[in-house]
Amino acid sequence: MPDKSNTTPTVQVSDLHKSFGNLEVLKGVSLEAYEGDIVSIIGASGSGKSTMLRCINVLENPTSGTIQVNGEALEFKRSKDGDMAPVSNRQIERIRSQLGMVFQGFNLWEHMTVLQNVTEAPVHVQKINKAEAIEAGESLLKKVGLWEKRNQYPMVLSGGQQQRVAIARALAMNPSALLFDEPTSALDPELVGEVLKVIRDLAEEGRTMILVTHEMNFARNVSSHVIFLDKGVIEEEGPPLKVFSQSESERCQKFLSELS
Amino acid sequence: MFESLGLEVLAYSPPGWGGTLIHGLGMTLKIAFGAYFLGLLIGLCGALGKIYGGATVKWSLEIYTTIIRAVPELVLILLLYYAGTDLLNRVLEWLGYERVDISGLVAGICVLGVVQGAYSIEVIRGAILSVSAGQIEAAKASGMSWTLMHRRIIIPLAVPLALPGLANLWLIVTKDTALLAVVGFSELALATKQAAGGTKEYLLFYIAAALLYLMVSLTSNAIFKTIERHYRRGQASAEA
Repeated sequence: MPDKSNTTPTVQVSDLHKSFGNLEVLKGVSLEAYEGDIVSIIGASGSGKSTMLRCINVLENPTSGTIQVNGEALEFKRSKDGDMAPVSNRQIERIRSQLGMVFQGFNLWEHMTVLQNVTEAPVHVQKINKAEAIEAGESLLKKVGLWEKRNQYPMVLSGGQQQRVAIARALAMNPSALLFDEPTSALDPELVGEVLKVIRDLAEEGRTMILVTHEMNFARNVSSHVIFLDKGVIEEEGPPLKVFSQSESERCQKFLSELS
Repeated sequence: MFESLGLEVLAYSPPGWGGTLIHGLGMTLKIAFGAYFLGLLIGLCGALGKIYGGATVKWSLEIYTTIIRAVPELVLILLLYYAGTDLLNRVLEWLGYERVDISGLVAGICVLGVVQGAYSIEVIRGAILSVSAGQIEAAKASGMSWTLMHRRIIIPLAVPLALPGLANLWLIVTKDTALLAVVGFSELALATKQAAGGTKEYLLFYIAAALLYLMVSLTSNAIFKTIERHYRRGQASAEA
């Protein structure tokens, strides 16, 4: 275990609350991910795990709490609907470009080819030279095994292939952390493996990742830290061994036993 | 051949009236193009205003689209053409400028453009709102600004959704140009009326005009199909 006392966490979330109307989905949750950490967030549907992830890059505005990325605190102001709203769109855009996101539904841009999907943000957000972006994009597509499909449109690819392209797209911005929102939940069972393999390879490279997942075996084998969310609170957390085998939380035990 | 069928009146140069008809068709197309693109510009700005604007912007646009779409186009044309130029000149005089003569072409484009704009706003607004949330979230997550996200993702995805409605509006504007005949603007309908009146060949000239309108709409359909195919390029399965 490296000494983390004098390093800055890549992602740090403290006392995050989020309400949708009267429904409080997150009731004060915190998370720290240092460089190379792989944090898995597990829990039942409706426990708030996706919302927690989506607050990190402000796809949802939190109701209260603090978020820091690479030591930079996101600045919020109180908005009319009671949530916090970003003070500066520039800051949010900059922070988002440091966090690659992979969605449950892939969300590849359907009017662009596979390669265009991967080079879009580097060229237009990060203003990287187009030829360089194409070169980098092609090597990322080789890495996820889809270089041959670079000139195809996403619609003709299988779900597993689309998700691998989405991972390449997230990597293309060279982010300091990757956020995965149930990356295999929309896939047919036989396609889950190929996507998990790509994520496992990234883990072995030492990528910093925060994953929301239903793949318990994967979370157990790959994570450095596991968070079990229950009804908007962190019911249990720690190294995989502790959460999966030695948890004293009845809810956590019950959740895991129902899955196996 | 023309003479044996009694078609010599359709010859291009006088005493035939063919030239008048072709000139009328040219004016019709000029006005239609101008009004259509003015309408698209109003439509795009108005749609963005209706979706993202503040309360004042939204309400003003709501009043504009409601009134324009409620009043018959013929009435609007008379109102905007006569009252509009009158109002403009009064304002100019009040400001100490000379009165201006507004050309029929410019006035026609403005009047029909304003009418088209009201319909375009609704077509484009509907298309923008139909772009799937996932596509937009992916754009946000990659750090795109509002402008970049609209330019690169939302508008290109909205175009194929808006095209059927926009193609309809184009066909409507080509025919609405005929309404400008009431203010004495010499487009195809008025040219036809003059030719028919001059020769008493009513049936012949109105059929000729109808064929010209039909040609315009058939050509337009082909062009819109090509454009739509281009914009739906990612959705091969939807087209098959």
